[in-house]
Amino acid sequence: MARGKGLLSWLDDRIGLQPLQELAAKKTVPEHRHTIWYYFGGMTLFLFLVQVVTGILLMLYYRPSAEGAYESVQFIMTKVPFGWLFRSIHSWSANLMVATAFVHLFSVLFLKAYRAPRELTWMTGFVLFVLAMAFGFSGYLLPWNKLAYFATAVGTDIAGAVPVIGDFTVRFLRGGDHITGGTLSRFYGWHVAILPAVTTVLLGLHLMLVQRHGMSVPPSIERRGKAAPGMPFVPHFVLRDLFGWIVALGVLAALAALFPWELGEKADPFAPAPADIKPEWFFMFMFQTLKYIPGGSALGIENEAVAILAFGAMGLIAFLIPLLDRGIVSKGKSPLFTAAAVVALVFITVMTAIGYHAWWPVFVVLALVGVPWLAGLMMSSGRGG
Amino acid sequence: MANHESAPSGEVPRRRFLNGFLGGTLTALTAAVVYPVARFLSPPKIAEAVTNSVLACKMSELTETKWKIFPFGSEPGIVIETGPGEYKAFAAMCTHLSCTVQYESESDRIWCACHNGWYDMSGRNVSGPPPHPLEQYEVNVVGDDIFVTRG
Repeated sequence: MARGKGLLSWLDDRIGLQPLQELAAKKTVPEHRHTIWYYFGGMTLFLFLVQVVTGILLMLYYRPSAEGAYESVQFIMTKVPFGWLFRSIHSWSANLMVATAFVHLFSVLFLKAYRAPRELTWMTGFVLFVLAMAFGFSGYLLPWNKLAYFATAVGTDIAGAVPVIGDFTVRFLRGGDHITGGTLSRFYGWHVAILPAVTTVLLGLHLMLVQRHGMSVPPSIERRGKAAPGMPFVPHFVLRDLFGWIVALGVLAALAALFPWELGEKADPFAPAPADIKPEWFFMFMFQTLKYIPGGSALGIENEAVAILAFGAMGLIAFLIPLLDRGIVSKGKSPLFTAAAVVALVFITVMTAIGYHAWWPVFVVLALVGVPWLAGLMMSSGRGG
Repeated sequence: MANHESAPSGEVPRRRFLNGFLGGTLTALTAAVVYPVARFLSPPKIAEAVTNSVLACKMSELTETKWKIFPFGSEPGIVIETGPGEYKAFAAMCTHLSCTVQYESESDRIWCACHNGWYDMSGRNVSGPPPHPLEQYEVNVVGDDIFVTRG
């Protein structure tokens, strides 16, 4: 391998590979019964990379105008070799990415991984989560089909209910008073340029912070006293990560082949909204909650606006959790925050299930919580948990 | 370590097999990803209906300029009034490098501005770089309409 050595030392002279080599040699990941949750951040990252690659491919054929968008997606789905595969993978991976982001968020929340010194990691992560939803919202409109058109009309209308800035927000989002080709251009710009740029910066920060602080050990494991043994990052953790990613890629391809994403009918502003209109699943719980708010107003502000502001306030509180949770730092536990996290999870699940008039959201959440938990227990039982 | 033999390379046979198997699997997986991407990137041939006849323009549109560029399928055509009630039509895509040509009334010839190519009124390439003549079309006048047909 003299040639390989030559290349490595050539690179080392120029960019300095020392930090990488040290990382490979020394970095470890704590092993305990909750280690399984460590993989969900990387899985979200992988699914995001899938979105970038498939998104770039789709950009080569997609036409972002009201006249051409629907037809160009139709062209991709029917005429371009493997176009159906990349388009369906893009749609499915978007949904799986938000799902893994939810799992990642709640696992960090329950395992208190946001506590010092990882407050900034939580905050950058929370903003990334909001960005993922913005990606979903802007991307949803791009095929310019009936469902997307009216979902966007409803979503931007809800933004308009916020007092004071509501009207400006709606016109800013829509590029005018109504949803038009101008809205499509605007959403396309958000989806392929602005959001990726902001995400790249925040993701870089987030990953740098994760690398700097390493993996957080849950308080219950820390309390045991003895240091949790660690597995080498290279090759053990990396290979397990890669294994998960390859399985995820297979799942995506299978989903694309067995449950291809529909094209729908081309958007027509003068046709009535379709009967089965509904928002994307990760907005459903908010959408359903708003349906329960009675009409009317209090103190000059519409009830609906109060509810929307309340959601915003809860988002802000969630963002600030590392600074609000004093108990975990001073006493080593914060049962109030754990309870609040449970309430949030149950609320989201129940509202989503009601919104769909179905049980599957409950089963999905139980699976997403239960399967990794059981797998983690089984994997660690040999080492005394 | 009694139950293995060292192969001549010094590596345990099982490890060599597993390494080879893993490497082969990863190569196959990579190919399974790269192949669809490569095929996707090359645009599909769109089966275009071949255009044979179009309504080029109205007679009244040529009274001032005497000539007009019109779409013939997805490529340009040119129709020229050569005398009262007499018209000629050609493909307007220069045979040199595909620029759109124009009619030069002073010399009664068709001229391509890009590289100074010249065609006469039979479409023959008479001067400059164009390697082939312009395809000539048939013209039929019906009332005020000028129809151009591929011969």
